[in-house]
Amino acid sequence: MTTALAIGLREAEQFLYREARLADAFALEEWEALWTDDAVYHVPVDPDADPRTHMSIVFDNRGRIATRIKQLQTGRRHSQRPPSRLCRSVTNVEILGAEGGDTVVGSVVQVLESRDRGTTWWVGRVTHRLRRVPGGDGGELRMAAKTVVLVDSDRPLPTMSFLL
Amino acid sequence: MTAVDVDHARTDHAGTDALADRIRSLVLPDRVHGSIYTDPDVYARELERIWYATWVYVGHASEVPEPNDYVRKTIGPQQVVMTRDKTGAIHVLHNRCSHRGNLVCDAERGNAGSFRCPYHGWTFANTGDLLGFPFNQGYGGSRARAELPGLGVVPRVEAYRGFVFASLAPDGPTLREHLGAAAERLDRLCRLSPSGEVELTAGWVKHEVTANWKMLVENETDGYHPQFVHSSIFSISGSGIGALYSDKSTAVTRALGGGHTENDLSPEFRRLGVPMGWAGTPEAKIPDYVAAMRAAYGTETADEIMIDGSPHVMIFPNLFVAEIQLFQIQPLAVDRTVQHVTAIQFKGAPDLNRRLVTQCVGSVGPAGMLLADDAEMYERNQRGVAQRQPEWLDLTRGVHRERVDDDGHTIGTATDETSMRAMWRHYRELMT
Repeated sequence: MTTALAIGLREAEQFLYREARLADAFALEEWEALWTDDAVYHVPVDPDADPRTHMSIVFDNRGRIATRIKQLQTGRRHSQRPPSRLCRSVTNVEILGAEGGDTVVGSVVQVLESRDRGTTWWVGRVTHRLRRVPGGDGGELRMAAKTVVLVDSDRPLPTMSFLL
Repeated sequence: MTAVDVDHARTDHAGTDALADRIRSLVLPDRVHGSIYTDPDVYARELERIWYATWVYVGHASEVPEPNDYVRKTIGPQQVVMTRDKTGAIHVLHNRCSHRGNLVCDAERGNAGSFRCPYHGWTFANTGDLLGFPFNQGYGGSRARAELPGLGVVPRVEAYRGFVFASLAPDGPTLREHLGAAAERLDRLCRLSPSGEVELTAGWVKHEVTANWKMLVENETDGYHPQFVHSSIFSISGSGIGALYSDKSTAVTRALGGGHTENDLSPEFRRLGVPMGWAGTPEAKIPDYVAAMRAAYGTETADEIMIDGSPHVMIFPNLFVAEIQLFQIQPLAVDRTVQHVTAIQFKGAPDLNRRLVTQCVGSVGPAGMLLADDAEMYERNQRGVAQRQPEWLDLTRGVHRERVDDDGHTIGTATDETSMRAMWRHYRELMT
């Protein structure tokens, strides 16, 4: 029997680095496979506001994550044609606690995005809810929720159509 | 086509208006010159002749529901504060201390009867009146209050159905005259609320683009682009929006006068005849809303309203109502524009409102599945018009099939550039 807190810091870090690498590389199918079926991907404007009644930059349930991926896969998502060149670092990784059966992991992400329009630096605090699901040797990690609170989330932001 | 000398035709100081002459030569009935989007002199005149002269949308009464509520807003690059005083009246104040020019209000919103400048402590009522200043002997006592200036007060503020507009010009047409036929489009929007009221309570996403503001205004009622710019999302979501903007569509593009334009999709919605079809939300999912609408208007009228749907109207120069969402366009520089967007909320319709937020968030803003691609087009266009050839942008689509409807408005088909031609006609009048 594996308990939620059995996800250790090292394992969580490895997961976050992998997720970051897949997102940078637009490895869309592999990135999508990291989500659980009940997943929520959230980039709020105001992290204290209820996303069901207030505007967010991104507020995707699992179905909409799939739509977002499919849209990129059409090759006609103009704001990603050509795809942004991305390199992100994930730092300050901490195990923050447990929620239900999931482990809550905090981190900081910094993404450098290069496009024709110029270079944009995206920085935010990230909270992942990681879950161990059956599979592989001792189970595999999935993300049940990912929330990215950008430093400048309530200011005017340029287009951000890559996977944050 | 003739080349335009954009470098040398500056306004001179001898009294002739060279800039007006140049703008006349840049904005023609069937084409506009690329420099109209890139020239800082043109932009400076737009601020004076459009943004600081005509009625500009500022905010909505529901954003300051209680006495002494305030919210920071913008009129183009101008920072203003929209306040509701203790009597309930709405004011629009320049966010600038009358003493040394400091920004008086830094909170985005709140409730306060007065604002105190952090620099030297001058205090102003939410009507703009100067209330006091520390160490008043330096001004000969508190009676100097009568002689010293208060906050800049935007001279004209009027609301229509809760939509607050302001004009920096002390005189001019009334708001009702300015809105003209566009007012009925706001009525059509409000009618979708069982209480007849719209609320803007969902907060804002702010999307900044490296493009001239007019690129956005033109795109808002350009029915030619959706099938191309948004084909990625239409093709995978099964959305019917693309078909509304096709050669077969019965929808029309309409010039409403005063530079206001719309894509009137209601002929298509009526043809399809599905209540709430325009919102992509089956009646069964929003039973409370449907019941409230039928209770408010009677079944027959309610169903008509719910079939006809919401307007898609661009109220010049900065208010765009696109069915379920509202955009406020804010120019910051000749090539920088912010689009503020929120989900429209109908008072008394919580079940529908939640769906509208969800849908809107999926579509708009920096990561929106629709607007991110529109923004990409604005920015590509802005880079394009900076190139030297072929200088002009074509506006002729649908000229040969334009007609005048029963209300005297010029209309074209769903994909015609009737709206752009009308916008530019109005622009030329204001600018020259």
